[in-house]
Amino acid sequence: MKKTLLKFAKSIEPNKKDSPFLHTLFDGFFTFLFSPNTTTHSGVHIRDGVDLKRTMTMVVIALQLCYLYGTVNIGHQHFVALGQYPDFFDGLHLKVAFGLIQLLPIFAVTMLVGLGIEFYYASKKGHSIEEGFLVSGSLIPLIMPPDLPLWILALSVAFAVWIGKEAFGGTGMNILNIALLARVFIFFAYPTDISGDEVWVAGLESVNSGSAVVYNWWHTGFFNGIFEGLGWATFQTGATVVDGYTGATPLSLAYQGGWEAVSAVYTDSQLLWGSIPGSIGETSKPLIIVGAVLLLLSGIGSWRIMLSMVFGAGIMSLLLNAWGVTPFMTVPWYYQFVMGSFLFAMVFMATDPVTAASTNRGKWIYGFLIGFIGIIIRVMNPAYPEGWMLAILFMNVFAPLIDYYVLEGNVIRRMRKPKTA
Amino acid sequence: MKTKISILIVLMFQLWVPVSSFAQNNTSGANAGALVWALVGFAGFIFLVWLADGLQSAKPKGFLANLLKSATPDYAKGSPLVVLKQGHHIRLKGSAEKEILKNKVATYAVQPTNFLGLSPIPKMNVEVGQEVKAGDSLFFDKQQPQVQFCAPVSGEIIAVNRGEKRAITEVVILADKAVHHRDLGKIDIDAVSREELVTYMANCGLWPSIKERPFQIMPALDTVPRDIFISTFDTAPLAPDLDFVVEGKGEAFQKGLDVLVKLTSGRVYLGLNANHKKAPSKVFTEVVGVEKVYFKGVHPAGNVGVQIHHIAPIQSGEKVWTVGVQEVINIGQTFLNGQLDMSRVVAVTGSEVDDAGYVSTYAGANIGDLVKGNLEDDHSVRLISGDVLSGIQKEERSFLDFHDDQVTVVKEGDYYEMFGWLVPDRARPTVSRSFLSYFTAGKKKFVADTNTHGEERAFVVTGQYEHLLPMDIYPQHLLKSILTGDLERMEGLGINELVEEDIALCEFACTSKQPLQHILRSGLDMMREQL
Repeated sequence: MKKTLLKFAKSIEPNKKDSPFLHTLFDGFFTFLFSPNTTTHSGVHIRDGVDLKRTMTMVVIALQLCYLYGTVNIGHQHFVALGQYPDFFDGLHLKVAFGLIQLLPIFAVTMLVGLGIEFYYASKKGHSIEEGFLVSGSLIPLIMPPDLPLWILALSVAFAVWIGKEAFGGTGMNILNIALLARVFIFFAYPTDISGDEVWVAGLESVNSGSAVVYNWWHTGFFNGIFEGLGWATFQTGATVVDGYTGATPLSLAYQGGWEAVSAVYTDSQLLWGSIPGSIGETSKPLIIVGAVLLLLSGIGSWRIMLSMVFGAGIMSLLLNAWGVTPFMTVPWYYQFVMGSFLFAMVFMATDPVTAASTNRGKWIYGFLIGFIGIIIRVMNPAYPEGWMLAILFMNVFAPLIDYYVLEGNVIRRMRKPKTA
Repeated sequence: MKTKISILIVLMFQLWVPVSSFAQNNTSGANAGALVWALVGFAGFIFLVWLADGLQSAKPKGFLANLLKSATPDYAKGSPLVVLKQGHHIRLKGSAEKEILKNKVATYAVQPTNFLGLSPIPKMNVEVGQEVKAGDSLFFDKQQPQVQFCAPVSGEIIAVNRGEKRAITEVVILADKAVHHRDLGKIDIDAVSREELVTYMANCGLWPSIKERPFQIMPALDTVPRDIFISTFDTAPLAPDLDFVVEGKGEAFQKGLDVLVKLTSGRVYLGLNANHKKAPSKVFTEVVGVEKVYFKGVHPAGNVGVQIHHIAPIQSGEKVWTVGVQEVINIGQTFLNGQLDMSRVVAVTGSEVDDAGYVSTYAGANIGDLVKGNLEDDHSVRLISGDVLSGIQKEERSFLDFHDDQVTVVKEGDYYEMFGWLVPDRARPTVSRSFLSYFTAGKKKFVADTNTHGEERAFVVTGQYEHLLPMDIYPQHLLKSILTGDLERMEGLGINELVEEDIALCEFACTSKQPLQHILRSGLDMMREQL
């Protein structure tokens, strides 16, 4: 089987000179299917089994539970607003169907735009397709609100890949985290589309009580057809948003009324397990922790950055507790960890090796300052109660400076060394 | 320090501006206790960083490091012991059994390319067809005409091979059945001056045995090294067991050290192996007149460069020499007998060798002869002079490099592997914990091949090399400074302390499959041009 496939693949290989783009495309898929037959020619004669494809794929694997949960949660939030299926596992088929209808286009657009640009530059520069966008492209859908218009998404991904990465020379050369750059583009260019309460719940005209649901052919035609045939519950086009529903995220509640306001709407276990409105993949803490464990065990995520970020956020929260002039400041420091996207940012965003500090000592400082600054922005920014995106991008810019000072220390140590032991 | 404090003040001020502008009248929620906890938390964080940094650094410090320090073996007591945490032992199949195999080598060669710093076309003293004795000069370098490169064995010169631009690559000798030596005359090393000693060594062909750092070049005759370093154990994959190699050569080893002591203005340091319960060979432990330092740790702990870093690092402008164990014995034996000794015990190793063992032969032995009749099937294999990490690819007709004491034979890996990057067909050596085999392999030995297991990429992963190099050096940043040609930065980040073999393990593990040794050498060349 393997041999036939290899023979077939080799037989359809396009000519590199005549059609460089096709050849790049072919090469990308071929090396995905088969590890190439290249051998070492100078330097070491044997190489470790690990390569960038594997490293990047480990991160994508660590994200899978977030994808799974995010899909269901999109549907869950939708039905909670309608007052239907309040238990998370009630009407699971409807929630999954709804989630997929929402998530798949987001994923497809992200990959299409991002990989398209990647492939184009790979063929133009004549190098093979690099794996960087595997991870960025898997992260972007998870940090987007479920109701984001697709054209905005396409624009933001194009901006991030084009200006953020290719302009700097491709994978490994970028200064800013690609996924966060896409998010921050929307944040500044289309502020009304990514803030406020409206955007976190999909499939509603608005979050005001009494407003109608918005279903399309996929809901009412395709899936309802299937579900009817199976005798299962179907999407109800007449449903309306229940009285008293706000769709507010815990963070905006905390901003207005402190922890009391949050706990009035959401229980602790809801916050922990993540059946709350938010970006698609960042709500469920235990599942993110599973991903974190995978990254730490495989040694791909930096434990230094993760740990120091917890310390930074905790210490800043305590300082704000000590000050306590606004309701948000009085939220107990440990609750800061279960609200918002702290964990997701810590595990998957801050640890990006390309944009983080690259020295071990630098990583301690880098992570700590992200945690520290992130909480400041979250608690004090009146426009937008979340801080990780801005904090990480801010520290991305400062990471080379941190490294510079760590390396300078090394240089000075070398100059000072005693002449004899 | 002053700049650091002022930066800190500026940073704090920057934070304070938004904070103070935020002040409101309502202060009812203030909680002084939290301030205390914040300070405790910060102190705890600093303490944690200090502990972890201390444990992870190339020179572990802090009380936890002291607590976790393994006990000094009895035999190492009384000498300094350096414990190295970083590094990795690559377990490969085909290590040499402790047996001496028959020497089937018919031809030997001296290869000018083995000695860095020579001009490409040396002046020949012999021509094809001429008979030479062991110790007769074959050629010399125009820059240093006193230094003779001599025949390791007696016999007939059968070829002078040339490579690119007519550079001489090999001077090949067909060896006699019994080796005849040129008589060099004995000298009493205690009675002669350093200059006479140097002249004697240059004249009899011993000088090229010495390597100089930085750059790993053959030293100039007028150089007086700060110190001389010798590593008495090799931790590279499938490396020869030097304890076995030196059996019964204690007298020559001591004599060689006595000579070296006379050559340096400083000391001669011996790096000894503290990894085993059993003490290293008495040949090493019982020598006198040198400083002994024990090292405990996996590869590259046995690399002399790592040992220099922990004993007395090379400062800017300093020069130190390194000599291999077998070369020290060569020097000692030559002084004892008054005849040039170029004998080498070569380990024939690798998964593709039938009968891995040692061959007692001479420097520059023919590789094909060394492995003749000893290879498993005739499928495609790679012959390497040296180890799999920093050795040189050879063909059957070519020769062992001058300083090498090992031949490794591994499989070529020119095959396609379906989803090889995700689910490998079979376990392979790795330092990555993303493979299950990293955890389950235990003492299992791997059969490695030359497949690259992936394509070359830009540097992405960080912190990987630091785990594999037990030195206070940031390899990735050093390599980047080489790529950008920043000479000052290269020197500051420690390029003078490194040669290829020291970062070979990093290159093996590199996720981005970068040619680290090649980059390092180009940096060293740049530095050398500046002199």
